Amino acid sequence: MYQPIHELTDAYRRADLTPTAVAEAYLARIDALDGRLGAYLTVVRDEALAAARESELRWRAGAPLGPLDGAPVALKDVLCTRGVRTTCGSKMLESFVPPYDATVVERLRAAGAVILGKTNMDEFAMGSSTEHSAFHPTRNPWDLARVPGGSSGGSAAAVAGGLAAGGFGSDTGGSIRQPAAFCGVVGMKPTYGRVSRYGLVALASSLDQVGPFARDVRDAALLLGAVAGHDRRDATCIQAPVPDYGAELSKGVAGLTLGLPDEYFIDGMDPDVERAMESRTRAAGFGAEVKRRIMLGTYALSAGYYDAYYGKAQSVRTLVRREFAAAFARVDLIVAPTTPNVAFKHGEKEDPLSMYLNDVFTIPGNLAGIPGISVPCGFSVTGLPIGLQVLGRPLDEPRLLRAAYAYEQATPWRSRRPELT
Amino acid sequence: MAVTPPGADVNPDRYEVVIGLEVHAQLRTRSKMFCGCPTRFGAPPNSQTCPVCQGMPGVLPVVNRRAVEFGIRTALAFHCRVNAACRFARKHYYYPDMPKNYQISQYEEPLAEDGFLEVDVDGSSRAIGIQRLHLEEDVGKLLHEGTIETAKASLVDFNRSGVPLMETVSRPELRSPEEAAAYLRAFRAIVVYLDVCDGNMEEGSLRCDANVSLRPRGAAELGTKVEIKNLNSFRNVERALKFEVARQTAALAVDERIVQETRLWDADREVTRSMRSKEYAHDYRYFPEPDLVPLQIDRRWVEEIRAELPELPRARRQRFVSRYGLSLSTSDILTHHGPLADYFEAAVTEFPDAKAVSNWILSEFLRVLAGGDERVLSMKVPPRNLAGLLRLIADGTISGKIAKDVFSTMVDTGEDAPTIVRREGLTQVADEAVLDGIIDAVMAANPKAIEDFKRGKTAAKKALVGQVMKATGGKANPALVDRLLEDKLSKIQT
Repeated sequence: MYQPIHELTDAYRRADLTPTAVAEAYLARIDALDGRLGAYLTVVRDEALAAARESELRWRAGAPLGPLDGAPVALKDVLCTRGVRTTCGSKMLESFVPPYDATVVERLRAAGAVILGKTNMDEFAMGSSTEHSAFHPTRNPWDLARVPGGSSGGSAAAVAGGLAAGGFGSDTGGSIRQPAAFCGVVGMKPTYGRVSRYGLVALASSLDQVGPFARDVRDAALLLGAVAGHDRRDATCIQAPVPDYGAELSKGVAGLTLGLPDEYFIDGMDPDVERAMESRTRAAGFGAEVKRRIMLGTYALSAGYYDAYYGKAQSVRTLVRREFAAAFARVDLIVAPTTPNVAFKHGEKEDPLSMYLNDVFTIPGNLAGIPGISVPCGFSVTGLPIGLQVLGRPLDEPRLLRAAYAYEQATPWRSRRPELT
Repeated sequence: MAVTPPGADVNPDRYEVVIGLEVHAQLRTRSKMFCGCPTRFGAPPNSQTCPVCQGMPGVLPVVNRRAVEFGIRTALAFHCRVNAACRFARKHYYYPDMPKNYQISQYEEPLAEDGFLEVDVDGSSRAIGIQRLHLEEDVGKLLHEGTIETAKASLVDFNRSGVPLMETVSRPELRSPEEAAAYLRAFRAIVVYLDVCDGNMEEGSLRCDANVSLRPRGAAELGTKVEIKNLNSFRNVERALKFEVARQTAALAVDERIVQETRLWDADREVTRSMRSKEYAHDYRYFPEPDLVPLQIDRRWVEEIRAELPELPRARRQRFVSRYGLSLSTSDILTHHGPLADYFEAAVTEFPDAKAVSNWILSEFLRVLAGGDERVLSMKVPPRNLAGLLRLIADGTISGKIAKDVFSTMVDTGEDAPTIVRREGLTQVADEAVLDGIIDAVMAANPKAIEDFKRGKTAAKKALVGQVMKATGGKANPALVDRLLEDKLSKIQT
């Protein structure tokens, strides 16, 4: 269950494995473990098996649709799926069944991917722990008492726990990279505009990007390659051609300049007080974090306050962009920790501000619109995964992936598995 | 029922009326502003919708280039400055006909600004300033069972949701309800000429809101303004504004404060009534639409559109006066609708007597048209055929009276005039020898009329002419009959 997608498809090619058998095994594992993990909100068993059988026929005919044909993947429940409810982790959309597929979903289907289900998330992607789902929290496969990170915690936990071979999430301030770091998998936020946002329910339109979760960097490259590229339904989508990310990997890192910014090495911000978990029942509708943000947004945009808040934020964004541009004039890639701490315990960060601080290393990348990837880079003394973040120039995903791949191949971290039985 | 507000003792000249109009025009694009759905009017409810115009979670807008082109075309006709870059903004408010809870509109950076529109009232013309022109999306339509107050439920039709709208805001420079109505008529004529809007107020293709205030004559500052909505016909615009001016005049006469508010025109009761006070007005929380990139308007594109602008109604009217020697009022009627003016010009090319052509168009053509579509009628009677009919009158083949019947047949059958005249034997009898015989017979059969004529009753001659016309089935040349009869009668007398 811990084989990366490129190994699965190699096995399909050799007929050692069939997509149907693999899908069945994943569905069985979801049945057995997801009650404790809580990675999924919806599992689409029949659709998954039907897709797997079709994939199997293609492999048997020697005509697969590509390197993702028959790959069992999990989608964050913020991506619209035709005929399958898409809740965004909110009671508000508990019964919303989209009549259309997000562009990402459409492209995954066209690539032959087998969609296993929709994964848990902080309500409307507002959060960094997947505790703020209106349905149930998701647990970290490495320590069930801890959070998987968020807001794409469901997809991260599913991939880390062997409940999906790959997954997709959305990253607005770190929502892919941070849970990837917490769960010990690869997570990537592409350049803003690299992947279509059509069908992604927005958190912040000018920051959101869809990106993959993967067992290894090669899978991340394949998953990204399948969904990237221009979409006429998204006016903010970039028209640039999509490189063959997989082919880039082996080019190595010779000649690349890496930068390690001082700003990313700060004093630990873990609070020393662990607060007792407050039990909370949610009324139908929006949860507390969503309400908090609605009120913040409403206030910030009210007449007379626009310049002080929205205008100011725009200026700050411009400064962040300039600073990154200046840094990338000197170095090719920036290497930094993904998060200031490892996965924390459920209920540990009750104070919204300390929760927001979890994104402090990832959010600048969103503001600047640049690509970033988190790869496993070791474990804490308590055995929890730690993530290494690599940031690059806009559209420089190839170099980003090359560096991440070289690091991954040189280190042993990806062979370690969570003890989840 | 306060149809006429009190205020007979008010001197209306004490105040100056200040009116500004906001006109929303639905653009005649085939697809909607931000998605590919069709815009046809009158389709079954919700048959022209998709996730985008239904405001489903996750959807994104894409700008309709054609709508931008139409906006630029109109802006140029209004002499506006087309901005090099413009952007869309979200305007937030809550109403069930708008599923996203925001309307994509333009706020700080509109498509075009600073133009003017020339308006004619009482023979003089004024240029009314246009402050801005911007693009936005229309909302859906709510259908209530019965009235909005008593309906158990309301239905929403999203066919209209996302239809491109062009909002044009005039400066507060209109000085009377009549002038406001004239502005709206001129506005309509232009957008219809430009083929960007069908101008149909009944179907809501053209909608108008007005801001009205009064100020003491000579004052520089504007008075408190009242916004009036639901002005869905030219007649209503004028009547609502007249009512509102009278209402405010009366209020000011008794030192009543004018409340800044939105009032709704009730066309049945002919009053404006308060809708909501602006003190509780929405804060729309505008911010730049992050799902769309700012629109860069290519100068060359603007110049291409400018080069393709058609001749506009006023210029055409002027040309009709100078080139065809028509009166201003005739030219005005002919040029008000582009297709009618086109028809006139095509007919004149074939039959160069402009006065005869315009007379026929203004009388017979418009009578048969009876407010219908010129294009339909001109398919039955193409300009060439009207010219053919006029030629038959001019060369004496048929009389003007017969020509009217021939025209009716042309409308019914689509045939040309010579075919009808030939088939029905309508050629005018202008042969003196033939007419001589008929006149003699008529005179012989009507001795009493001859006697009357002898006694000085000239009306008797008319009766005889009528008899001759009757005998020839109306085909006799009336002028010739008159002359021949005159000759014969004068011989009898002597």
